[in-house]
Amino acid sequence: MRLAVIGAGAVGRSVVELAGEYGHEVVAVADSSSATVADGTGGRAGAGGDDAIGVDPDAVVARKAERGIVGDADPDDALSADYDVLVEATPTTLGDAEPGFTHVTAALERDRHAVLANKGPVAERFGDLRAAVDDSDGEIRFEATVGGAIPAVSTVEDIEPGHVTAVRGVLNGTANFILTRMAAEGLDYDHVLAEAQDLGVAEADPSFDVDGTDAALKCVILANVLSFGAVDDPADAREFTLADADVSGIRDVPGSALRLAAEDGRTVRLIGEATGETVRVAPRLVPENGTLAVSGTQNIVQIETSHAGRLNISGRGAGGPETASAVLGDVGRLE
Amino acid sequence: MSDRRDGAPETALDAEGAAGEPDPADSGASPDGGHASTAPSTHTVRLELVDEPGQLLAALHPIADNGGNLLSIYHERGNKTPRGRIPVEVDFEATPERFEEIVDALRSEGVNVMQAGTERYAEEVTILLFGHLIDTDLSDTLSRIEACESASVADVSLAAPQGTEEVSSARLRLEARAGETDAALAAVRELADEKELRVVEPLTGVDA
Repeated sequence: MRLAVIGAGAVGRSVVELAGEYGHEVVAVADSSSATVADGTGGRAGAGGDDAIGVDPDAVVARKAERGIVGDADPDDALSADYDVLVEATPTTLGDAEPGFTHVTAALERDRHAVLANKGPVAERFGDLRAAVDDSDGEIRFEATVGGAIPAVSTVEDIEPGHVTAVRGVLNGTANFILTRMAAEGLDYDHVLAEAQDLGVAEADPSFDVDGTDAALKCVILANVLSFGAVDDPADAREFTLADADVSGIRDVPGSALRLAAEDGRTVRLIGEATGETVRVAPRLVPENGTLAVSGTQNIVQIETSHAGRLNISGRGAGGPETASAVLGDVGRLE
Repeated sequence: MSDRRDGAPETALDAEGAAGEPDPADSGASPDGGHASTAPSTHTVRLELVDEPGQLLAALHPIADNGGNLLSIYHERGNKTPRGRIPVEVDFEATPERFEEIVDALRSEGVNVMQAGTERYAEEVTILLFGHLIDTDLSDTLSRIEACESASVADVSLAAPQGTEEVSSARLRLEARAGETDAALAAVRELADEKELRVVEPLTGVDA
């Protein structure tokens, strides 16, 4: 497949670097201010002139690192490049989910597929996306939006959403790292947050993670998958957005609460739960050595099914190559 | 249907009843004592059934027929009494007056009522509360949880490492009536909202 990768953060760059290994070619890459498009359609000045269709991944990554741009072309050139699958890996935005939403619909209007790593469009405008898909020969996939490397969405699809009663789990590695460290070391939130920021586990502004927003978006996406997947006519499905989620974060959880939990063989994890009817994210008491009490930045997704019992999948919920592997898995499913 | 209901339990359970096992129900049939309340409340009766088809259904009819609203049935199939009967715990809602009628009807049907009226807390949940627990009057918080119909506070542990005026945490073990854990947690949430406390709830129904 020929890929246009929109967004050149950790995930976008990893997709560019790894696509070849999965048998795909990257024909265009864009970040917010620049682009590079292969084969003379736009601006790979000084291109080698060989027969390779794709862009040179190493050159793109090097330019991004050295000059902060991916090429000399306009970002719109990447959107109009001749690709089979558009990979939307720009940062998640809420509300209208722009510009990610427009990128995806631009691909669908051209009857091309889109694979999202950006949670915004699938969490905030799922109904609009479904409508755009209905009018297109293209499909969308978004495994990378939930649980990084963990195949959460495709597992739910395999089981069939109508036979999944709930999906819950630990879906934010930053919050889980903080809770794990607080419980293990008896430290307070502020101390562990500073440590997480030094390690690059938490961002300078950690709100998105510690207030539960990121986990909530993932649960909203799962709720949409369950809701739309369980009905024949999308008009019968309930659409979820972040506004439908009941969210509380971990910012004010005191160390003393974790100690009291530990005395009783329990611990606290930021647990997200999605059904076809509700979305809830909150710190919850779980058994200290239980399945859901994953450590550090690990994530876990627990799927409750009607006929197959409970499934647990744990693994890395973030990271460039991990998330890129989910993106490229989706690309493979579209072949 | 009426044959099974009238016949089967009678012969089987009469024998059991005649054996004269202690029957605490006699002294405590009305949990509401002398209150003139006519509001329905939750009652638990413990029955013993013979391990034969139709027995459970037969035992439930007197409850439904006399205006009881069945809430839950805990059928301890693997757990037999020394005489080989199966204990069943039934929760239902009824007014105090109807409750007595139901117990009478069960007995007249020959169902062995082992225990009636004493509330049994079937479910246990542990929660954490944190915030300004002491400034917001912890004992009031606890007694208001106690006052809620669904739950009772079994155990409290408090941690106030920074003194009583700072944020402190408490671990509460609550006992809830069968099927009422959610209601108990909702009541705690509401109280916590009012006092600006935070609740960390367990994942109920998930043996993680």
